[in-house]
Amino acid sequence: MSKKKDFDLFSTAGWSATAVLGVAAAFYLASTFERPPVTAIQWGPRGTGMELVYNPRTVVRELPRHGVPAKEEEVEKSGIPSREAYENVQVLGDLDSAEFLRLMNAITAWVSPQQGCNYCHNPQNLAEDSVYTKIVTRKMLQMTKVINESWQAHVGQTGVTCWTCHRGQPVPAYVWSTETREAERRTRGLMTTAAGQNTVSTAAGLSSLPTDPFTPFLLEDKQIRITTTWTPMSLGDNRMSIKQTEWTYALMFHFSAATGANCTFCHNSQNFGKWEGSTPQRVTAWHGIAMTRAMNTEWIEPLTPLWRENPKGPPEAGAAAAVARLGPAGDALKINCMTCHQGAHKPMLGARMLADYPELNAVSREPIPLRAAMRQ
Amino acid sequence: MPLEYQNIFTRVQVHGPAPFPGVPLPAGDERRLGKGTFVHLFGRFGEAQLGPIYLGRLGLLSIVCGLIAIVIIGLNMWASVNWDPIQFVRQFFWLALEPPPPHYGLRIPPLQDGGWWLMAGFFLTASILLWWLRTYRRARALGLGTHVAWAFASAIWLYLVLGFIRPVMMGSWGEAVPFGIFPHLDWTAAFSIRYGNLFYNPFHALSIVFLYGSTLLFAMHGATVLAVSRYGGERELDQTIDRGTAYERAALFWRWCMGFNATSESIHRWAWWFAVLTPLTGGIGILLTGTVVDNWYLWAVKHGFAPMYEPVVPGGIADPLLAAGR
Repeated sequence: MSKKKDFDLFSTAGWSATAVLGVAAAFYLASTFERPPVTAIQWGPRGTGMELVYNPRTVVRELPRHGVPAKEEEVEKSGIPSREAYENVQVLGDLDSAEFLRLMNAITAWVSPQQGCNYCHNPQNLAEDSVYTKIVTRKMLQMTKVINESWQAHVGQTGVTCWTCHRGQPVPAYVWSTETREAERRTRGLMTTAAGQNTVSTAAGLSSLPTDPFTPFLLEDKQIRITTTWTPMSLGDNRMSIKQTEWTYALMFHFSAATGANCTFCHNSQNFGKWEGSTPQRVTAWHGIAMTRAMNTEWIEPLTPLWRENPKGPPEAGAAAAVARLGPAGDALKINCMTCHQGAHKPMLGARMLADYPELNAVSREPIPLRAAMRQ
Repeated sequence: MPLEYQNIFTRVQVHGPAPFPGVPLPAGDERRLGKGTFVHLFGRFGEAQLGPIYLGRLGLLSIVCGLIAIVIIGLNMWASVNWDPIQFVRQFFWLALEPPPPHYGLRIPPLQDGGWWLMAGFFLTASILLWWLRTYRRARALGLGTHVAWAFASAIWLYLVLGFIRPVMMGSWGEAVPFGIFPHLDWTAAFSIRYGNLFYNPFHALSIVFLYGSTLLFAMHGATVLAVSRYGGERELDQTIDRGTAYERAALFWRWCMGFNATSESIHRWAWWFAVLTPLTGGIGILLTGTVVDNWYLWAVKHGFAPMYEPVVPGGIADPLLAAGR
């Protein structure tokens, strides 16, 4: 047998380099890992894994998204309420007429900066109700008032304005619609239904969890709680199944994406269901679920007939407004956590925008008719 | 430096002039298929000889049942992307054949609502059990002990607990695991969350100990034998009763490092038991979950297995549902 070298430096180095490069390339191409360093903030008793994890590069990149528009200049009160100064003022009648104009300007900047006043008004007669978006706006003003008045458990004293959702767009960027029966099933005939999951779920962090966790929890009132929390041995008391757990889990993925926070922002690290060891943020989020559901069922869904008549927006506004107002199943586009939060634990990182616009508190909660606005 | 011994490929291929057909088979056995051949590439990873294969009635039945199960699973997955071959490949890791919704209980559901899942499960289980019988019978035919069959049986125990025994005890097929890559992982995560964190399940903890212990033992043993192979250490079982310098050096190495060493017999018993106990304890842990224990964290606190940690906020947070008096 010929004498063979024990160690071939060249080939060993070559193979090692190839292997290292191959692994690096695989990570680069196929993984969603973020490169270190990340910032970890202690968020509870030490040694319990209560940490908030942030990627400082992502935080910086996302900052512009949470900006607030320039404050609309404050005006001198005219002393005349707008119901006397103008015709057909239904929800802002108590507001001073000068402040009324200030609010109109602000709403235009927040909701239809490109489209202008005519997005909601007939330029020949600003008082008339021929453009359906004007009715939507009235309802939305009332909704804003209800949120700021009745849902302080979620929005606190910070409150919300039109900007919180709209961010300069007539249709907010982050909205959802109910999955159609076909999309949920995804099969025909005798083939097994996909049961609303087992595909790439954008709502649930690209996992294979349910793709529409919003309809059961943010529109309907299906039970979110799945963990048995009251006693260790409670055979038969809690019949929640693993499948139901997957729906809750998908909703929690959405919370995490919408708030830019990991699980331990709200939950303790030992037992997600346990309230005593949770953070106060979990209570805020709990009220947020109820609030979102109430907004969807009491304020957004009732407007569906108006959007059904104008599925591409007001014709007066032209092609620029031609964004779909309805989902594939013909339902209204609804809100979830992302609509306001957009990746921040507090929308616009907690900017107190409402304080600059006391006009929004003058909205009347008197019921207003929907039918009158419908085209005959 | 002799990198010879640190190579990931087998460096030595030994074979005779013709493939070895094997010992004579007992009466009543089928014939072996093929005459066997040598493949150099196979020799880099294991034995260079490929075949002859003993298929037999059990093997054939097992493969047929297994194929039926895989075809049922695959076609249902394909149907869920509307028979699009590109999406089937792209989303393959996300696709699954889902068990029936819980409301069917243990009844036989319609095909599209989990009936296919039940059927695939039946054929897969039949295939696995037949294959188990085959490993037992082939070991006996060669005059071997049945260690491999019993190790395999331990894995089958965990499989049966997950897909059959626990769902039956819970009274619902919907409790079982979906057939799919990511979906079964999501199921696992959901299972842990539903039952108050599986990490506090002591049988889960034992299973992890044996699993990680298996990898540690495997690494220690493989490294030791390779390290002394220059002294003939690969004849490890001879050395149970006929120790030589390779054995003594390896034993001395571990006694220097940690004061104690396994023997060339006992290390294989360690490895076998660690491997067998991994799914055995894991299966017990799964079986108790939901049937006997509903929340492993609270169970662990009650039994002094885990502390009740300090709340994040002094006094703790109240459940808003109870606070609202709903």
